Amino acid sequence: MRRLRFVRFGLVPAVLLATAGAALAQDEGVSPEMFTVNNLWMMIAAGLVFIMHLGFATLESGLTRAKNTTNILFKNTFVPCIGILTYAFVGFNLMYPGDFNGFFGFAGFGTFPGEADVTSAYNTGYTYWTDFLFQAMFAATAATIVSGAVAERIKLGSFMLFATIFVALVYPIVGSWKWGGGWLDGLGFYDFAGSTLVHSVGGWGALAGALLLGPRIGKYTRDGRVNAIPAHNMPLATVGVFLLWLGWFGFNGGSVLNADPAAVSLTLVTTCLAASAGGIAAMFTSWGISKKPDLSMALNGILAGLVGITAGADQMAMWSAMLIGAIAGVVVVYSVILIDRIHVDDPVGAISVHLVCGVWGTLAVGIFGAKAGMAQLGYQAVGIVAYGVTTFVAALLIFAVVKAMIGLRVSPEEEIEGLDLGEHGAPAYADFQTVSSLGAHPTARMDDAGDAAYAASLKLHEAR
Amino acid sequence: MKKIEAIIKPFKLDEVKEALAQQNIQGMTISEVKGFGRQKGHSELYRGAEYTVDFLPKVKIEVLVADDQAAAAADAIIAAAKTGRIGDGKLFISTVEEIIRIRTGEHGESAV
Repeated sequence: MRRLRFVRFGLVPAVLLATAGAALAQDEGVSPEMFTVNNLWMMIAAGLVFIMHLGFATLESGLTRAKNTTNILFKNTFVPCIGILTYAFVGFNLMYPGDFNGFFGFAGFGTFPGEADVTSAYNTGYTYWTDFLFQAMFAATAATIVSGAVAERIKLGSFMLFATIFVALVYPIVGSWKWGGGWLDGLGFYDFAGSTLVHSVGGWGALAGALLLGPRIGKYTRDGRVNAIPAHNMPLATVGVFLLWLGWFGFNGGSVLNADPAAVSLTLVTTCLAASAGGIAAMFTSWGISKKPDLSMALNGILAGLVGITAGADQMAMWSAMLIGAIAGVVVVYSVILIDRIHVDDPVGAISVHLVCGVWGTLAVGIFGAKAGMAQLGYQAVGIVAYGVTTFVAALLIFAVVKAMIGLRVSPEEEIEGLDLGEHGAPAYADFQTVSSLGAHPTARMDDAGDAAYAASLKLHEAR
Repeated sequence: MKKIEAIIKPFKLDEVKEALAQQNIQGMTISEVKGFGRQKGHSELYRGAEYTVDFLPKVKIEVLVADDQAAAAADAIIAAAKTGRIGDGKLFISTVEEIIRIRTGEHGESAV
C-alpha cells in the first residue's frame, strides 16, 4: 500500500494532466488500458467498502433496541462522513507520509497530487485519488466498529468527539507503521487487508469504550447473572451482515491494489470460504452450547470468518481459508459469552468479532499459507502487541479525557426512556410504542445501578 | 345491557368471531394484550443468556349485548375459544350503564 513517489505540491490545470499523463504512462510498464482496468477495479472496490457502512448501520440497529435506533443510525451516518473528511485533511498524509522515521510522519494538510499522480506513474494499479478514496473508506470502517460496543448508553457528543480523534489521528498514525512503509513493514509484519490495522484497531477502541462506559442498565445483576437484552429487528441485522460480506469483496479484493486476475480471484474465494466456514462453525457451536441455534451468533460467525481471513486472504489455500474461518466462528461464540461473563457489555459483539478474531486472523498468517513459519509468527505477534498497546492506551486516554470534560454516559432516565428521545427528540418508529416490557426492569433482578436508575426514572415520570 | 370481555388465545379469534356472528352479534372490539394466569411463561435464549418471558400474547374481545343475549353470547365465545389446555383465558360479564351510537345519538338497547 505504499506510494511509489514522493508527492509534489501544487494544483495542476486539467489540460496539463491529459498530455502529461499520456506521456508518463508509457514509461511505467503498464498499458493505458491495463491502468484503466486496474484503476476501475480499485474504484469499484472503494464503492464496495463504502457499502460496509450500510451493513454496519443495519446490523447495529437490528441488534439493539428500537428506542435507540435513531441514535445508532446517527452515529453510523456521522462516522463515514467525518472519516472521509478528516482523511482528506490529515489522515491520508499521516498514514502515507512518504519517507519518514517509521513511527510518525506527516506529509502535510490536505490532498495535493502532482501532475503525474493521476497516471500510472503514481502507481500501476490506481491514481492518487483512487488511492485516497479507497484508503479513506477503510479508515471510516475502523472507527465505526466502536459504535456498536458503546451503543445504547453513550452520549452522542462524546462519541462524536472520540470517533473524530480516533479516525483522524490514531488510525492513520498506527496504520503508517505497516501500510505507510513504517517500522513494522520493515520488520516483516504482514496484514494484507487489515485484520490488525482496521479490525483490531477498531476492536481495541470498542473495548476501551465498553470498559469506561460500563454496562447498560439491567444487563448484569447483583448476583452476577447476565440478562438478555434481545435484538429488536433480526431481518435488519441479517441484511447488515450480508451487506458487510458484499463489502468485503472490495475490502479484500481491492487490497490486491490492482485488477490482477490471479490475485484478486483467489482473494475473493478465500474471503468467501472463510465467511462461510465461520458462519457454519458459529451455528453449530452456539447450537451445542445453548441447545438452540442462535441467528445472531451465526451472523457474528460470518463476520468472524471475514475478519479472520483479512490478514492473509491473498496467501491462503482453500483448506486454510476454511479452517481459519471455522476457527474464528468457534472462537467468536465463546468470546461473546465469556466477555459477557466478565461483565463487559458489548451489544453487538464488536469486541469478539473485530478484536479477538482480528488477532486470530493476524496470527493465522504465521500458521497457514505461503508465509507460515515461526519467524513470521513472531513478526505477527510483535505487530499485534504494538498495535494493541498503542491503540488501546490511546483509546482509553481519549475516552478518559472526554469523560472528564463532558461525561460519557447518558443519564439513567434517558437510558431507560431511549436515546432516540433523549439525544434526538425523535423516535425511529414514530407510529409504534418502542419502550417495551421485554428486557425491562423487574426490580428484583437489578443491581444497584439498575435500582437507582429505575427509581430515578419513576420520579421523572411522576413529575410529568 | 351487558358488556362481555373475553381474553382468549390469539389463534382462536376467527372462530370466536364466527360463533358470535351466528348469534347475530356483528360488532366487537379487539385488542392485542399480554397476560398470564396459571399458564407459565416460557424461556428464551439470546447470545448465551437465558431469560423468561412471563407475559404471553392474548387477544381481548369486547362485545356489548342486550341483557337477554348475554348468556348465549358467553356460551358461544366459550365454546369457540376452548382448547382444553391451560391458557384458554377468561370471560367477564359486567353491566353497562349507557351505550350511545356516536353517529346518530341513539341510546340504550337500540345502540347495541
